[in-house]
Amino acid sequence: MTESSDAFVEFERVQKSYDGETLVVKDLNLNIGKGEFLTMLGPSGSGKTTCLMMLAGFETATHGDIRLDGKPINSVPPHKRGIGMVFQNYALFPHMTVAENLAFPLEVRKMGKADIEAKVKRALDMVQMGAFGGRRPAQLSGGQQQRVAVARALVFDPELVLMDEPLGALDKQLREQMQFEIKHIHEELGVTVVYVTHDQSEALTMSDRIAVFNDGKIQQLAPPPTLYEKPDNSFVAQFIGENNTLDATVDSVDGRFARVRFNDGTLSRALAVNCGGPGSQTRLSLRPERVEFDANVEPDEEGVTGLVKELIYLGDHIRVRMEVLGNRDFVVKVPNGAEVSELRVGETAGLTWRAEDCRALDAA
Amino acid sequence: MALQPYASPVQRVWYYSFRVICGLILFFLIFPIMVIIPLSFNALPYFTFTPGMLAFEASAYSTEHYRDFFTNSDWQSAMWNSLSIAPAATLVSVSLGTLAAIGLSSGKAPFRGAIMAILISPMIVPLIISAAGMYFFYSRVGLQGTWFGVVLAHAALGTPFVIITVTATLVGFDRSLTRAAANMGAGPVRTFFKVQMPLILPGVISGGLFAFITSFDEVVVVLFLGSAGQKTLPWQMFTGLREQISPTILAVATLLVTLSIILLATLEILRRRSERLRGMSPG
Ligand SMILES: Nc1ncnc2c1ncn2[C@@H]1O[C@H](COP(=O)(O)OP(=O)(O)OP(=O)(O)O)[C@@H](O)[C@H]1O
Ligand SMILES: [Mg+2]
Repeated sequence: MTESSDAFVEFERVQKSYDGETLVVKDLNLNIGKGEFLTMLGPSGSGKTTCLMMLAGFETATHGDIRLDGKPINSVPPHKRGIGMVFQNYALFPHMTVAENLAFPLEVRKMGKADIEAKVKRALDMVQMGAFGGRRPAQLSGGQQQRVAVARALVFDPELVLMDEPLGALDKQLREQMQFEIKHIHEELGVTVVYVTHDQSEALTMSDRIAVFNDGKIQQLAPPPTLYEKPDNSFVAQFIGENNTLDATVDSVDGRFARVRFNDGTLSRALAVNCGGPGSQTRLSLRPERVEFDANVEPDEEGVTGLVKELIYLGDHIRVRMEVLGNRDFVVKVPNGAEVSELRVGETAGLTWRAEDCRALDAA
Repeated sequence: MALQPYASPVQRVWYYSFRVICGLILFFLIFPIMVIIPLSFNALPYFTFTPGMLAFEASAYSTEHYRDFFTNSDWQSAMWNSLSIAPAATLVSVSLGTLAAIGLSSGKAPFRGAIMAILISPMIVPLIISAAGMYFFYSRVGLQGTWFGVVLAHAALGTPFVIITVTATLVGFDRSLTRAAANMGAGPVRTFFKVQMPLILPGVISGGLFAFITSFDEVVVVLFLGSAGQKTLPWQMFTGLREQISPTILAVATLLVTLSIILLATLEILRRRSERLRGMSPG
């Protein structure tokens, strides 16, 4: 899916600056395959909306090329692109009813009245808003408006749909239901979806691939499991899922693995993913569920000792907050069992892990 | 704002004098206009209340002056002139003013402030100066003394109102709406008429009403630019007052006051509608 030959949407070395000085998007390279569900995930202000706007044609790239279905996008005006879009602020027409809002793109396409009615009804039912066709947007709650916006973006069967945080205003249950609906529509219709969200669990459950944005750059582009299991850099490790970090210095690199020295002098082993050569600073990333308690940690093995600060009971498992090598928020998840009953707040305990699960990343 | 039990004497005095002052202001504004209405039904050709009128005798009242207005050829031609010039000028003002406002609000317009100031200037420059300037310019290009010349001049006076009201409506206009329309396949023309226009319509209409009233009331510019063939109602009233002192003026004034009240009521209704629609735009 990543070869440019069958890419449906291509960003090639795209840069964007609003004011001519600061780059909001820096060197964006991204290929989206036909029928793919790609999510842009990133903190606020990282340039996600800007990318969607460039794709929809409301902003032009300062440098670089964007191609849609092989054609440079700048040669097609926005209203001829056939892209459905859910705007971050919904952008429902306030002077039209919900049904009229949905009928708008169909009327533009000169569809028959009966067809329009049927399609509008189906789209509204899909987002469970069938009973609200006669209302004005102002008479709807935020979540209802959002669902109407989703329906409006899909009602005219576009090949590409851009969704800018389409479920941000919904409660958890409705959100999960809508995630399922959107995913379902995606699979059924085979539309290409570019989805923007802040919510990492939403991104992980829905996407074929996730592009993690920060600071106008894609930090990592990968399928959800890879992103969680094998983050390329410390930003991604920190942003996706729960993460424990330990700062260390690279002592030596030996094939895939690096020998690292913590600042208390102990040595350990980690997977050399994105660290420099001997002498450089590195940040180790460890998922809380990949760490185990071990009463006797051998020095020079994968392990450290830490101080138990807090035990949080969560039924099936226990979260143990520890202070390890200066990190006061080192979290270990342990299944509820005999092992836990030996832990006491204020005592020290040994921790070990497999070298493959400890990733040595950039020190940033 | 009721008087509070803990109000000090000064506050009490102010409370009552405030009401008296407001009452006086309203009285001085309204009374000269209201007094015209009964006077216009005077049976005799006087500008004062006759003893019969004060005694409420039916014979002291008549619609004589109204009949004169609707039959006298001078008044009739003045009325038709006004009724043709004002709508034409309004149409020009509204079209140009709306387009100018949209263009200037788009954020892409260069020299926005300067252009705005020039377009608004007819509202600020003393009318007599505009009129004199237009007179000399229009004479050169052969528009002086023509119907079209008067329409153009009135349109120039009315456009600033349209620009101001439409610009004000556009401030609350969410630009992502036009983007959404384009996104769903609507071309610029369709987007303009189906999405942008309905939402700024209240501003366009109230601007249009102001432009209409400006032209309908205008006497200075038309005195300079018009010829006998473009004698409008205000012009006819002006000469009527100076030359023949006919109470028909009172009847005309009453009709104009009524028309103004109707227009203002329309404005108010539109303003409320616009507020409602504005409250509706999400986000
Ligand atoms: N029209 C604009 N003019 C100038 N700067 C802008 C404009 N729109 C966005 N920016 C800036 O560009 C940067 C990226 O904005 P963008 O809207 O793409 O962020 P985002 O990733 O969508 O954030 P969020 O998750 O909060 O929606 C921000 O720093 C923002 O201030
Ligand atoms: Mg955004």
